[in-house]
Amino acid sequence: MAPSLTLFDKVWNDHVVTQRGDGQTLLYVDRLYVADDILPDVFPSVLDRGVPMRRPERSFGTPDHYIPTTKRRFDADDDAERRGMVETLERTAARTGMTLFGLDDPRQGIVHVMGPEQGLTLPGSTIVCADSHTSTHGAFGAFAFGIGFSELSHVVATQSLWQRRPGTMRIRIEGTLSPGVCAKDLILAIIGRIGVGGAAGHVIEYAGGAIARMSMEGRMTVCNMSIEAGARGGMIAPDETTIAYLADRPFAPKGVLFDKAAAAWRRLASDPQARFDREVALDASALSPMVTWGTTPEDAIGIDELVPDPDLIVDLVRREHARRALAYMGLSPGMRLSGLPVDCVFIGSCTNGRIEDLREAAAVIAGRKVVVPSFVVPGSGLVKRQAEAEGLDRIFKEAGFAWREAGCSMCIAINGDAVPAGQRCAATTNRNFVNRQGPGARTHLLSPAMAASAAVNGCLTDIRQQPAPRSFAWSA
Amino acid sequence: MEPFERLEARALPMRGANIDTDRILPSRFMQKPRADGFGRYFFHDLRFDAVGAERPDYIVNNPAHRDARILIAGENFGCGSSREQAVYAVFDYGFRAVVAPSFGDIFYANALKNGLLPVVLPGMEIEALFAACEADPSTRLAIDLQNLRVSRSGQPDLPFAIDDFNRQLLLTGQDEIAFTLGLADEISTFEELRRAHSAWL
Ligand code: SF4
Repeated sequence: MAPSLTLFDKVWNDHVVTQRGDGQTLLYVDRLYVADDILPDVFPSVLDRGVPMRRPERSFGTPDHYIPTTKRRFDADDDAERRGMVETLERTAARTGMTLFGLDDPRQGIVHVMGPEQGLTLPGSTIVCADSHTSTHGAFGAFAFGIGFSELSHVVATQSLWQRRPGTMRIRIEGTLSPGVCAKDLILAIIGRIGVGGAAGHVIEYAGGAIARMSMEGRMTVCNMSIEAGARGGMIAPDETTIAYLADRPFAPKGVLFDKAAAAWRRLASDPQARFDREVALDASALSPMVTWGTTPEDAIGIDELVPDPDLIVDLVRREHARRALAYMGLSPGMRLSGLPVDCVFIGSCTNGRIEDLREAAAVIAGRKVVVPSFVVPGSGLVKRQAEAEGLDRIFKEAGFAWREAGCSMCIAINGDAVPAGQRCAATTNRNFVNRQGPGARTHLLSPAMAASAAVNGCLTDIRQQPAPRSFAWSA
Repeated sequence: MEPFERLEARALPMRGANIDTDRILPSRFMQKPRADGFGRYFFHDLRFDAVGAERPDYIVNNPAHRDARILIAGENFGCGSSREQAVYAVFDYGFRAVVAPSFGDIFYANALKNGLLPVVLPGMEIEALFAACEADPSTRLAIDLQNLRVSRSGQPDLPFAIDDFNRQLLLTGQDEIAFTLGLADEISTFEELRRAHSAWL
């Protein structure tokens, strides 16, 4: 009898080139994604040794971190360092022959939005990128993970990486998400439960009815934030939703080959008897819309809950963290977040910059006006086009949102878009770290609908108590 | 990469769990040239106030810890962003080893590849090291990578583990690429097999 394998086991086993005596495996890399945050000496550290890039045809680059979102170019008086980072990527692509979706290409976007959109991210593959949110691509049943520059150099030279096999962890989410509660709330609740180190050394498989009913966009949001629980990766078994998403994507296989691939993808799901090193279960129907109150993604509570009181936290390290976090965030113990005034709103990022996210946000604001500066930054040029084709841009602009070009923007605040010091931002991003959205910025992570609601109300609100959205059917 | 064999030095006790790489190296310095060194950005926003003056109450600025070359940290050190510049910052500031109960996975891998030795010790032992270095900042620790031991005078040695191959690379200062390039034939064989059974990849 064949052994029972998990989804992760199947993908891993399929990529083993060889093993080393110390237990490390040489894992083949199917795709390398490259963004514009690579320091200029990384590729030359390999290429200048006379070692060519082994598989440029497996590499795809696009600028996202350092680019302006007010226009699709750099002008003479723009910041030279930022422009230099984008030029490094362009030079690297020209030198290696990798494919580049540059600033002049509508396919340009946040690398984790571009890959799935183009059908480059495929089930059963291994994907790496020098960016921790590479875990996003696990939504397709790929083993996708972030690496550093040294590992990137190794991939450039050998199309492979030495890895120690991580542990496996299954998070089963049964039940149906309530109206107003979405994928972002689910992943925030998971991180709140298991902690920012809760999945360290493990690859998470998300399973259960709530995941099975979720769209690919929602699944990407969930897998995207796996890294915020410390996971090596997050994965979801490919199913008919996955296969339907991939059909007709530009880089996905076509015709007979697609059917052959789809048959293989259907076999990737964990076997019924497969054993995981750890199991966690969660009831989706019990969840509220989530908001973070602190400075790590695990500091997440339901909008109807109270901010914790550090004095009541037993663990000393956690108590000290909560104390500092509340001071940084300008909040007091035991207060309600609902009704808390915000200074600005940001909708975008690789967590929530996809078309479905923009639809959910637009549905909330339709016919209303923002009362604080609010920004929508689509995840890619194609998301932007699609939103414009659907008329979402008009809804945002009429409400008073700034409608920007695709990029990372205020998620990491290194392109010139930043939250001013001391200001409170309702953001659909993934990290509420100290200074992440700019020095002194106070970030509350939440869903696109909750962010949109904050924009038109000027404060954090419980989306469930807002007027019903005009044209959006809440669904799990 | 600079080889690592044995290090005896003072240690900086940095308490707090889940210290993320955004804190170690704030993102707005990520694009700085490697050649100029990242030491000046090490915990920049905690070390300096808004006008660039040192914050005297921050542990890193304590003169008693200035020449520390070992960093003692809390659990999940280096979680968050994959930026290798965070390791550059720790290394360029002068540290050659970080001792903690656990690390962010990517930080751990990045550290190994830059000659910065990550040492995992049980939380109880880290607590004892914190206490010793706080009580007497001149406390010296010795880290021996040959024998996989952390020691301090008057105390039993603390054993630690690390993958053997990584240990060899650290000891010799070599990188993995040359080693893996020697396996090019295996990689080619693998690629051919894959083309046959997963042509779409
Ligand atoms: S959107 Fe934010 S988290 Fe995602 S890749 Fe860009 S900077 Fe990183």
